[in-house]
Amino acid sequence: MAKKLLLCWIGLLLPMFYAGAAQSAYELNLQQPETPIAQQIYDLHTLILWVCVVIFCGVFGVMFYAIFKHRKSLGHEASQFHENTTVEIIWTIIPFFILVAIAYPATKTVLAMKNTSNPDISIKVTGYQWKWKYDYLQDGISFYSTLSTPEDQIYGRAPRDEHYLLEVDNPLVVPIDKRIRVLITADDVIHSWWVPAFGVKQDAIVGFIRDAWFEVEKPGIYRGQCAELCGKNHGFMPIVVVAKEQKDYETWLAEQKQAQAATTVNINKTFTLDELKAQGEKVFNTTCAVCHQVNGKGIPGTFPALDGSKIVNGPKADHLNIVMNGKPGTAMVAFSKQLSDLELASVITYERNAWGNKTGDVIQPSQIKALRK
Amino acid sequence: MDAAQATHAHGDHAHHPSGIMRWVMTTNHKDIGTLYLTFSCIMFFIGGTMAMTIRAELFEPGLQFLRPDFFNQLTTLHGLIMIFGAIMPAFVGFANWQVPMMIGAPDMAFARMNNWSFWLLPFAASLLLISFFVPGGAAAGGWTLYPPLSVELGPGMDLTIFAIHLLGASSIMGAINIITTILNMRAPGMTLMKMPLFVWTWLITAYLLIAVMPVLAGAVTMLLTDRHFGTHFFNAAGGGDPVLFQHVFWFFGHPEVYIMILPGFGIVSQIIPTFSRKPLFGYTSMVYATASIAILSFCVWAHHMFTVGMPAAGQLFFMYSTMLIAVPTGVKVFNWVATMWRGSMTFETPMLFAIGFIFLFTLGGFTGLVLAITPVDIQLQDTYYVVAHFHYVLVAGALFSIFGGVYYWLPKWTGKMYDETLGKWHFWLSMIFFNVAFFVQHFLGLAGMPRRIPDYAPQFADFNMISSIGAFGFGLSQLVFVYLVIKCIRSGEKAPAKPWEGAHGLEWTLPSPPPYHSFETPPVVK
Repeated sequence: MAKKLLLCWIGLLLPMFYAGAAQSAYELNLQQPETPIAQQIYDLHTLILWVCVVIFCGVFGVMFYAIFKHRKSLGHEASQFHENTTVEIIWTIIPFFILVAIAYPATKTVLAMKNTSNPDISIKVTGYQWKWKYDYLQDGISFYSTLSTPEDQIYGRAPRDEHYLLEVDNPLVVPIDKRIRVLITADDVIHSWWVPAFGVKQDAIVGFIRDAWFEVEKPGIYRGQCAELCGKNHGFMPIVVVAKEQKDYETWLAEQKQAQAATTVNINKTFTLDELKAQGEKVFNTTCAVCHQVNGKGIPGTFPALDGSKIVNGPKADHLNIVMNGKPGTAMVAFSKQLSDLELASVITYERNAWGNKTGDVIQPSQIKALRK
Repeated sequence: MDAAQATHAHGDHAHHPSGIMRWVMTTNHKDIGTLYLTFSCIMFFIGGTMAMTIRAELFEPGLQFLRPDFFNQLTTLHGLIMIFGAIMPAFVGFANWQVPMMIGAPDMAFARMNNWSFWLLPFAASLLLISFFVPGGAAAGGWTLYPPLSVELGPGMDLTIFAIHLLGASSIMGAINIITTILNMRAPGMTLMKMPLFVWTWLITAYLLIAVMPVLAGAVTMLLTDRHFGTHFFNAAGGGDPVLFQHVFWFFGHPEVYIMILPGFGIVSQIIPTFSRKPLFGYTSMVYATASIAILSFCVWAHHMFTVGMPAAGQLFFMYSTMLIAVPTGVKVFNWVATMWRGSMTFETPMLFAIGFIFLFTLGGFTGLVLAITPVDIQLQDTYYVVAHFHYVLVAGALFSIFGGVYYWLPKWTGKMYDETLGKWHFWLSMIFFNVAFFVQHFLGLAGMPRRIPDYAPQFADFNMISSIGAFGFGLSQLVFVYLVIKCIRSGEKAPAKPWEGAHGLEWTLPSPPPYHSFETPPVVK
């Protein structure tokens, strides 16, 4: 009896959870819920956990009692009973009813999660290898969101900062207290958009659009990760959502619209080699270096080197073609979809003039635009 | 006539090959059982080495040893090798050794096909291992091989697909053999409801294998044609759907996990009554529960796909059906405990592993119930919570039952007793290190760590370090097992026909080790 009780306490201590505790190294439970759905999920999990703990203590209390008392070394003689239909029926029916009791609140939450009607804002989320793109459909702005942790930190050449692997250059920004519907798809392979604090996880399937919704209750920064294996940098494409008060959100939105308008205006300008190289280096390091490496030497056998490459040093048309249209059947995708005219022009210019490559060639954004037809 | 018969009584052995050719050509169920078990052990250590490498990289945040794409190759092959190279062949090895002896049959129904079923496996395993050395390396899409990712990967994927076809063919042939043997070759008087439960669980498992291995073959063939022959089953641009693969794969995949546990249930159901010196409680219920689990296993596959975007009706159906499987599983656990209750127990190594199985498999079953609840699964899918769950049921479940079975039947197979002290060491080391390695992974999943990532945010660091230490300890502890088995075979004490006081069953009526051919005249069962 004492042993049964002891086991029960151990069983209770083990799943100790710290509701609402600050980020600690020994997080034992789901993250602090920040949306009504996440709260429902948290509560459902607590309910099931307690049910399991109670049943676990009951069953293994009995088993360990038998182990301690019904042993040959204590001289205990074996009974020979070996069946009882009544007992079998009872321990089939009772668990069944326990499951029904759990299924009822779970059903309500499933239906609430699936109900994406009447959103206040709709945002399209596209998964790429290995970054996210956010399109604010009603406002006409869009941007890519890429991991911003420097490679030096990953390879131990620099100390890791506080949000190592969970920080991006352009986070998703949303207002609080509004029903946000996210329309999720992917461009290349299956990804999954997941923010634990919101209780939202939706697979991003190529060629299909799925949706989910959330409503954030308080301002803050919320972090998540891709949740479907999508290739080598699956672990390096986080999600950061910044929830702002309504008026701060509107300010941010206005700034974004202005900035996007500015870049579109510039497109027909003629850029210098240095301007393009500088811009191109940035694009290269965020978009191309994951495979071709910052030093342009690639990974032999897997990702070709660009430094000294025949394509990069050869006719511009071939180089433009492979960057814009990709190479089917390989991991080299068609970057004409992901990158703007300016970005494409600058990165190709950079590649043709970086490391050991000295073609002196310049590609203008207007040339890219002409090729897109 | 008599003289000729006398000289030829066992004279046919003079014509049998010896040395390597004995093992290549054998049609004997005992030899083939040994081949399967040996192969499984080798694959276990190969898959285990991959796991150690993975946990070494995950010991600390940052990338210390492995490139991310190679890390993905390791996780993929670790899964494929453990499932198809270690667990499944081990259970088939048990089936080969035990089923004929337990039903009083002289051998399996199709003795030559039995040889082929085994010898396909080393070829398939070689394909998987060679795939590391082709351009692009081994398949790196996870053992689940979802397209479009698996369509764009290199030739390592093709070798994997070929290997899977061979493995599937082996399993299907083995399953046909087992069903035919059990249904046709039982000794007179052994009705179906008098068979040992291990034989029942294998009968049901064999039906599952025949039903679903072809489905896996279909899925990977569609992958192959999408990769090379211009089809677009899984390509939306061509009118297909990547999620189709997931449906077909998991229609195989879910029964597959029951294929990997039902024989374990059978082994535990043999061990517990023996060491409790009491009959199995509720034999009839146990048979019905096993059959219910098998049938229900066809109705739950999409619980692996709750985040894919299926309509609410789908999520609800699969939530309910998955929760329902808890009922017959619970019945089995209750019946095992009831078998122990008021028994007269001793705790030799087989019993320790069987009890460890019941305790830890049930814990894994509870986390499975948590995952069955769709809204909770939305948070936990593709996180370390799932990794913890399936390692509890597959390692502390299936693998522990395999260890228990080996300790239980090793005296019968080899005619020698293993070293009981070493056995207990193996058990306790495995038990402790296993839990250190995997219990903390539940917390990692709850806290938000995704799976299949080579590097992680600092808040996950402490539990990852603990998990890695546990994993290294668990891996090293398995060397005790290998040492013990070899020591037993070479120099163990001679074992009697029935080394366990409470054992019942036809196999214990045979000498230890049994003759090369046993039950050439069927025994009569009352």
